[in-house]
Amino acid sequence: MSDRVFGGVGLALAVFYIWQATLIEESFIQDMVGPKMFPFIIGAVLGLSSLWFLLRPDPSPRWPGAGRLFEIGMAVAVMVAYTIMLPELGFVIATAIASAYLTWRLGTRPLQSVVAGVATSLGIYVVFRLILGLSLAKGPLGF
Amino acid sequence: MDVLASLGDGFVVALTWQNLLLALLGCLLGTIMGALPGLGPSNGVAILIPLAFTLGLGATPALILLTSVYYGAMYGGRISSILLNIPGDEPALMTCLDGYPMAQAGRAGEALALSGIASFVGAFFATWGLVFLAPQLVKVALLFGPAEYFALFTLAFATLGGIASTNQAKAAFAAALGLGLATVGVDGQTGVPRFTFGEVHLYDGIDFLVAIVGLFALSEVLIFLEHRGTDADVTGRKIEVGRIVPSWSLVRSCIPTMGRTTVLGFIAGVLPGAGASLGSFISYSMEKRLVDREGTFGKGDPRGVAAPEAGNNAAAGGALVPMLALGVPGSGTTAVLLAVLLALNITPGPLLFQNNPDVVWGLIAALFIGNFMLLAMNIPMVGLFTRVLLVPPRLLMPVVAMVSFVGIYGISGSSFDLQVMVGFGVLGWVLRKLDVPLVPVILGTLLGNEMEANLRRALTISDGDWSVLVGSPLAITLWVIAVVGFVLPILFGKVLKRRMRMSRDEEGALTD
Repeated sequence: MSDRVFGGVGLALAVFYIWQATLIEESFIQDMVGPKMFPFIIGAVLGLSSLWFLLRPDPSPRWPGAGRLFEIGMAVAVMVAYTIMLPELGFVIATAIASAYLTWRLGTRPLQSVVAGVATSLGIYVVFRLILGLSLAKGPLGF
Repeated sequence: MDVLASLGDGFVVALTWQNLLLALLGCLLGTIMGALPGLGPSNGVAILIPLAFTLGLGATPALILLTSVYYGAMYGGRISSILLNIPGDEPALMTCLDGYPMAQAGRAGEALALSGIASFVGAFFATWGLVFLAPQLVKVALLFGPAEYFALFTLAFATLGGIASTNQAKAAFAAALGLGLATVGVDGQTGVPRFTFGEVHLYDGIDFLVAIVGLFALSEVLIFLEHRGTDADVTGRKIEVGRIVPSWSLVRSCIPTMGRTTVLGFIAGVLPGAGASLGSFISYSMEKRLVDREGTFGKGDPRGVAAPEAGNNAAAGGALVPMLALGVPGSGTTAVLLAVLLALNITPGPLLFQNNPDVVWGLIAALFIGNFMLLAMNIPMVGLFTRVLLVPPRLLMPVVAMVSFVGIYGISGSSFDLQVMVGFGVLGWVLRKLDVPLVPVILGTLLGNEMEANLRRALTISDGDWSVLVGSPLAITLWVIAVVGFVLPILFGKVLKRRMRMSRDEEGALTD
């Protein structure tokens, strides 16, 4: 069943891709093939392979339960929040929070997670900023 | 022998303090990453690429660092296979079969040392193979025109799923997805924007480094999160290493095995679509058939440890041949290494040997040096790496995620790229769940522009006549190999995959 859904999504993607390719504006001077042909070929391969999944699906993989899916969704949300907060909070604080969260959700006890998160953040800061001199995001506090 | 002269020049390049230090660092990090289950050569290299850039390393030093990681990971994969019966990476799967029974019999140290020697033999001779074969392949490659290159790229995609691929439609889907991502951005030949939806960030196209790190590294974190608690407690097991130095008679008894499997592994590595996993599988199966008269394979036969390790390390060296000489990688990790070259503005392929001989030969010389370092690290100091296995993934994976973020942020300094990377992480997780291979996606984003440019160049030269694509014997040969390479797995893939799984399950049932 998963493969049929996947095939449907793939097919929709292929149609959308080819439709977008027809909208590419061509310039007045161009080579024999032009900028549309290659996307058409790719779109065709994408569509044909998606059709194959629809017609001959593999057995479904074991999807995680709702709880685990929520878990993964939350982790993704935290990572996105991290990318947004990085310039606001600065590298050290944002990273400490994000890695503490991930460590906690991977099965560490809460207090230890906080310690691990802070240690990870400071460790990366020392190695990459102080030793290797990489530019990391600076927050209001300067680190 | 101008090859040897070039190699000599390469050693001059490689033997600077900085490069030696980078090789040492790469070998060390690579072995650790290889040893840790879940981190393999491709994601190990992927995480480190952005760092190599932000450190401002030049082309040769960056390549030396990253290929050392690659070789190191191939060595390191065996450690957890032998000690925990969990392959540290996919090519090390076959090493479990005899390695773990040896460890159970209290001979873990010997198994580690022997497999270290086998890894060295495989990698060392494969590097010699690279030295002599790559320049020959370059001579062939110089005959390639745009039409042949287009056929060659198609061949690379058609065979990338590998002979053990179970569903070629999924490999084709993955390749098309990658190529589609590559078309996003301003068209290189006419300057019109494609698939940008008016978003300025997309005009430059999608940075393939962002895609690689997201697909390989972040999706791994999500996989760990999904499987938390199911297999995480392996690290608590007690590890007894025992005596580390194997007796000379033991090593000697394995010499013929190592010789044969090195050759076989190297060939498997050079051929498109085979790669290290298959190299170690074929090596093990052949040795089992040839020398296993008393039925000791699978019960802790030292030759069963030496065979797959020599095979997979030789294959790793062999896989560098098409990557350097043709610019077309045949395996996942070499695809990632190709990304390094492209990001450094170096076009691999025949011209690389002419325009940047210092890069090529410096790299090869560094591989030789790295091999000796790895031998030294992996035999007397193997105890150190067994400690690394005690670090639980719950502490390790967040570090992996954060280092990925740091690397990409260091390159672009933009939150937008980081969000795209998270998006790729989710995409990678979904695709892995659906059994869609990720390597063709990566290769598509890497080679898409080059492939399209060659197609358009060929048709411009022929004035729009499509038959030019099959216009030379060389092109026709490439197309035939591509078609055969794509169809064969449909016929044999399932059988082969089942056999690889079965041999492991069988032994697993015996040992557990």
